[in-house]
Amino acid sequence: MVDQIFELQYAIDTFYFLVCGALVMWMAAGFSMLESGLVRSKNTAEILTKNVALYSIACVMYMICGYMIMYDGTLFLSGIAGGESLVDDVLAASAENGFHGDSVYSDASDFFFQVVFVATSMSIVSGAVAERMKMWSFLLFVVVFTGLIYPLEGSWTWNGKDVFGWFNLGDAGFSDFAGSGIVHMAGATAALAGVLLLGARKGKYGPDGKVVAIPGANLPLATLGTFILWMGWFGFNGGSVLKLGDAASANAVAMVFLNTNTAAAGGLMAALVTARLWFGKADLTMALNGALAGLVAITAEPSTPSALIATLIGAAGGVLVVLSIVLLDRIRIDDPVGAISVHGTVGLWGLLAVPFTNPDVTFSGQLLGAATIFVWVFLSSLIIWGVIKAVMGLRISEEEEMQGADISECGMEAYPEFVIE
Amino acid sequence: MKLVTAIIKPFKLDYVREALSEIGVTGVTVVEVKGFGRQKGHTELYRGAEYVVDFLPKVMLEIAVDSNLLDSVVEAISKAASTGKIGDGKIFVTPLEQVVRIRTGETGPDAL
Repeated sequence: MVDQIFELQYAIDTFYFLVCGALVMWMAAGFSMLESGLVRSKNTAEILTKNVALYSIACVMYMICGYMIMYDGTLFLSGIAGGESLVDDVLAASAENGFHGDSVYSDASDFFFQVVFVATSMSIVSGAVAERMKMWSFLLFVVVFTGLIYPLEGSWTWNGKDVFGWFNLGDAGFSDFAGSGIVHMAGATAALAGVLLLGARKGKYGPDGKVVAIPGANLPLATLGTFILWMGWFGFNGGSVLKLGDAASANAVAMVFLNTNTAAAGGLMAALVTARLWFGKADLTMALNGALAGLVAITAEPSTPSALIATLIGAAGGVLVVLSIVLLDRIRIDDPVGAISVHGTVGLWGLLAVPFTNPDVTFSGQLLGAATIFVWVFLSSLIIWGVIKAVMGLRISEEEEMQGADISECGMEAYPEFVIE
Repeated sequence: MKLVTAIIKPFKLDYVREALSEIGVTGVTVVEVKGFGRQKGHTELYRGAEYVVDFLPKVMLEIAVDSNLLDSVVEAISKAASTGKIGDGKIFVTPLEQVVRIRTGETGPDAL
């Protein structure tokens, strides 16, 4: 009877992992819609191609070597299906952990849940470099980021490995529940390195250095994308509890869902009000970024804050993201969708907010972790982007940029029946 | 015969159409256009940065009328399209040499 209960718990926890993974997978759709809404219509087909391709490359690279590097797995995931003794192994592990102990779940479900996080991190980059980067240069970077750069920093954090045998982040009091830093800030950091080498879109800055707005083509799509991401985030944070199958874990999952949702709402409201007070109008795109900022902010610790504190953490992210977007614009870091602000600036805020509600975590540990992730991802990305730039170039030509990346990169238009200026 | 070309604010189109129907105008061609006049463009704000809209959207009507109807047509459009604010538009009147109704081959005022 005990064995049967353990088997059932294994089934529930595995099932929960898989459903949450599927929710996170759907975030790829969210990023695709958000980004295609915030770029001009002449770059729509290209950004969609980039998004579906990066998702697929991330899945394959993580299968080949990413998971091996991050979680001591095997090349090509060999043996992940489990051997003949699978059921006995499960029962032995369950008996050792106990009913209320650490979760025991299928290795394949663990891979599935982890792989969609890599893709999420990578999706962040595609928006920031949109409308001017060569597609194949971008996809080449995807191979290295998802196969090496992300898995290595993931192994130092979620897998507790020493950073190049030098120091250990877990011992220093670092914690990042679902990846404000490990996933979001890492993606934003790679994006920042790329944008620095890539430069701004043509026409973004006037001859006198004035910032010129380049409005996105389709705000309904951007709004749909935000709602899709919001929904996918329940899997992102909820699944990161890693266990559902006992009362305490089920409660923790419910609290994480609640806090994730309320932080997004707080972020949206704060960004909307900030934009209204600052610009005089209710800027929808800022409100959307605010919801995402709230989500990113709560991701580092959605389980310990009260609902009110979670809302405030999200709201602070919503204010921060508006300030960050305008500031980056002014210092000539051109980010069409605000990805560096949403995931980078607010990702850092999310990490620093953890010690307020989680006494096991220290500010110094959070700072050390953030610095480690930033330095590693920034330097390695800068080198890879630099090599790609030297070998095949990063930017499409000025004429191609005028005409739109849809034609130059994909040879097709997203809306061929419209006449577009 | 005269050709009346009127450029008006888009939201005034329905009022102008009604006013023209009331005085017996039987046909109008409507085109969506963009341009600038004394109103120039205006600036809008997106994500905290300004951008200039150089050409404002307007609606252009073309109405071919018999000369004796001209004054009442111009008056009807002026009245219906007016808001008193800058950007209300303009009315151009040009002589019209010939009109042909394609279906019947009628010409001149009969074809209007």
